[in-house]
This record gives sequence, structure tokens and C-alpha cells, in this order.
Amino acid sequence: MAKAWTNVKPYLLATPQAIALGLFLVFPIVLIGVVSFWEFNGYSMTPAFTLDNYIGIFTSDVTLKTYLNTFKFVGLTWLFTLLIGYPVAYFLSFHVPKLRWQVLLFLLCTIPFWTSNIIRMISWLPLLGREGLVNQLLVGAGLTQQPLEFLLYSDFAVVLGLVHLYVIFMIAPIFNSLMRIDRTLITAAEDMGASGVSVFKEVILPLSAPGIAIGSIFIVTLVMGEFVTVRLMGGGQAASIGKLIQTQIGSLQYPLAAANAIVLLAVTFAVVVSILRLVDIRKEL
Amino acid sequence: MKKRSLSFYLLAVFFGLFIIFLYGPMITIFILSLQGPDGTLTFPVRSFGIYWLGQVFQEQRVGNFVEPFLRSLVLGGIVTILVASMSVSAAMAFRQRFRGSTALFYLSIASLIVPSILVSLGLGVMFQVMQWPTRWYSSGLGAHLTWTLPIAFLIMLGIFNRFNPSYEEAARDLGASDSNTFLEIVLPLIAPSLIGVSLLTFTLSYDEFTRTSLVSGQYNTLPLEIFGMTTNVTSPALYALGTLTTLFSFSLIAVAYTLYRRLSKQRLSK
Repeated sequence: MAKAWTNVKPYLLATPQAIALGLFLVFPIVLIGVVSFWEFNGYSMTPAFTLDNYIGIFTSDVTLKTYLNTFKFVGLTWLFTLLIGYPVAYFLSFHVPKLRWQVLLFLLCTIPFWTSNIIRMISWLPLLGREGLVNQLLVGAGLTQQPLEFLLYSDFAVVLGLVHLYVIFMIAPIFNSLMRIDRTLITAAEDMGASGVSVFKEVILPLSAPGIAIGSIFIVTLVMGEFVTVRLMGGGQAASIGKLIQTQIGSLQYPLAAANAIVLLAVTFAVVVSILRLVDIRKEL
Repeated sequence: MKKRSLSFYLLAVFFGLFIIFLYGPMITIFILSLQGPDGTLTFPVRSFGIYWLGQVFQEQRVGNFVEPFLRSLVLGGIVTILVASMSVSAAMAFRQRFRGSTALFYLSIASLIVPSILVSLGLGVMFQVMQWPTRWYSSGLGAHLTWTLPIAFLIMLGIFNRFNPSYEEAARDLGASDSNTFLEIVLPLIAPSLIGVSLLTFTLSYDEFTRTSLVSGQYNTLPLEIFGMTTNVTSPALYALGTLTTLFSFSLIAVAYTLYRRLSKQRLSK
């Protein structure tokens, strides 16, 4: 009896979470898959099995261009979060002396993550606008005659906003893997005459690759379906696949939106799998 | 201590610039929200005052903040209670091996990294197909759970990883039942962390936007109301609201941190 209870207990304990995720994550995504084959007659959707929604996506120039633009955002955001995130994580783990300070400065980087994304984006408006602080300073200093228009409501602004919002997702895993590097390995490499650059290239970089991979997965998945930043920072100009789906939902074209979402999911999944092929992240989990 | 190298100074400057990049924009809206009645959306600041902070609580031409704020508080409270109990329970389950544990673990990770538009669309489709109306307390609640539950769960896993099981074993050897062991041994020991996790869950829910955006139904939560305002508000009241809600989040994080520190110190000194 007691043994049976011990065997059943973990299942009972895990059930609420399994139900919550099943009901609000798995079931809805399965439904997206089902609805993506349904028909849409201009007003409502009807159960059917048609590939029209998918054919529509792959034959539409607009959709394909939107995908390309989304990849551009993903690529640029990934590049800049890595270029900013790595040195920050490196500084924290190798140059800040005490653990207490390392944790404190790391927390300083994470605090904005717990605050509102919307507010964080709105905060850029008074800086980047036509009348914004940056333009005032540039014109005032005589660096430009006209206020720069591309600072806000442009692809530049979108990437800036995305990097600002998500860079912590790159810093945290890299910081984590840098902190795990056995410091004696570095001393050993130095003792054997390795220069600072080669210590970094031969020891530190390979050992932090899993952190980079995890950070990259976060960035790809976060940016792939992004539509809020694209809308707020890009104005009406910028396009992304997430925004396209949002527009389709707005006009109740659920089957088309669903087909787009399935393609988006497949693409995202493919990218994640290829990252996992390149780098073994199991050591980090 | 080693002599500091050039790279230290370069990286320190880089880090400083990064912190400015991270917090700078936030500080500009703090400043712009502290303007007098003649304030505008851009610099220069003509006069300082707290006029706009007060305006937030007045009836607005476009939208009203008080009700969405209350809604967000209630929703955050429900989410926090659900997430705290579910994540503790699931993390306790994970202290043993059981069939399906790997699947549930990866499902939680997937919930975190699935593009958020899919969650929103999926819930929208589900409620559409079921012919249920979308509401902040039903579909909105579901959207919040997909985001907050896995985060809390992963933190709780880490906490139970460092948890010493010998106290529980001792309690059980002395004849305590499972529920007694949990209430009198496990819960007090994880309480500081649990409070911290709960407050962080609350802030995540309070600030959640993307996943809820398409499924909140007729009545907006606060972030949705703010988003709606960005397109048509032309006064610093928007910044004032941003300042207030950010300060609210900051204070929750600060309370979470202090509680955690104080309670874990108490435990050490006992």
C-alpha cells in the first residue's frame, strides 16, 4: 500500500502543471494545426480539408518578402545581442572580482526583464523621434542639418528595440556557462605560454559555446513571432510574420493565420534543431 | 590582486555604456513625467512638477487606467496563487524519477520558447471553436500561465536541487505523515524562495502583454490599455503612467529580494 502511494505520488504532484500546459499550450497549438486546413469564406471558418491556405502562403510574394524581413530582424537582433551580450557576460564573470559583486551587477542587468516591455519601448519615443533628444543634440551640435528620420518608425528602430528588450536572454546563459569554466584551465593554458587571445579562442570560447547556443535559441524564438515591437517601433512601415498573423486575426481570417503560424512554428523549430546539431547543450541543463 | 589590464578598463567602460543603454530610456521618461502642466512629449522640460502623475488617476479622454490596473492586480493574484502551488507541486514530483518527467520538462521549456503569437492565436482559435467568449480571466489567464508557470517551475527545480532531503527523512522516521512533513518541514524551508518566486510571478503577469494581446476580450489588462494609448495619447500622462507602473514593478522586485535575503539569513542564524 505504502509503496503504491510512493509510486503514484509524483504523477499526482505533476498533474496540475501537465493539465495547465496541456489545456493552454498543447491543445491550442494542435487546434491551430487543424484549423490551418479549414476554409474561410470571407465571414467565418468552416471545417474542411484544403491546402489552399498553405498554397496561398508559398505563392504570395508579399508573404515571402515578409518572411525574409522577419529573418533579417532575427539575424540582426541575434548578431547585436551576441556582440553586446558576450562582452558583458565576460566582464561580469572574469573581471568583476567578488562573487557578491558579480551577482549584484548581474541582477542589475536582469531587473528591466521584470518590468513592462511596453513601457520599455515607449521610453524610446522621446529619444528617437523627429523632435527627440537624439535629433536635438545632433542638430544642435551641427552634425546634421535635418533631423534624422530613420531613428524612429524604421527597421533600425525595430532592431534597436528588440536588442534592448531581449539582450538579457543572451547574457544570462553565456554568463552561466562562463561562470562554470574551471579557472585552473585558464591558468594551465597561460602557464603553457598561450597568449590572452589564444586562451580566449582555444579555451573560453569553446567552453561557452553551449551558453551562446541557448541564448541564440531564446533570441530566435522570441524574435520570430514578434509583432509588438515591430508595430510600436516600426510604425506602419516594418513588416514581420508575427504582425502579418496579427493582422489576419484582426480580420478574423483564422485559417490563414493558422497556416502562417504553422509555417512559422516549423521554421522556428528547424532553426532550433540546427542550433542543437551544432552545439551540444546538454551539459548546461 | 593582479594588476588590472587594459581589457579590464575597456570592458568596464563597455559595461557602463550597456547599463546606460539599458536604463537610459527609462530615465528619460521618468524625467518627462515629472513636468508641470505645460509639459509636452519631448524635451526640453519647461517646468517640473507632479501634475501628470496626478492626471493618471483622473478620467482620461482615451481610456481609463484605474479599472485595467485593478483587473491586472486581480489577474496577477490568481496567476500567482495557481503558479506557486502548481510549480511547487511539480518540482516536488521531479525529485523522483517518473515516467513522463522528461516530456513534462521539455513541454515546460517549449511553453517558454514557443513564439508568443502562437499562444495567443491558439487560445483565440480554441475559444472561437468552442464558442466561448474570450475574457481576461479565462483565455487571458491561460495565456499568462503559459508564460509564468514554466519560469516559476524552473526556479523551483533549482531550489529543490539544493534542498537537503535529510530533514524530511528525519521527520518521516519520527512518524510524520506526508502532509505533516510538507507543512512543517518542507514549506517553512522553501518559504523565502517561494515568496520571492511568487512576487516575480506576479510582476511577470502584471506586465505580460504579447500572449494576452489577442485574447483578453472586451476588457483590457493594464499593459493592453497602455498599448492602446500609445497611438492616440499626446500628453505626458502616458509617461507618468509608465513611470508609476515601472516603480510598482521595481518595488515588488525589491521586496522579493529583501524578503528573500532576510528570511534566508534568519534561517542561517537559527
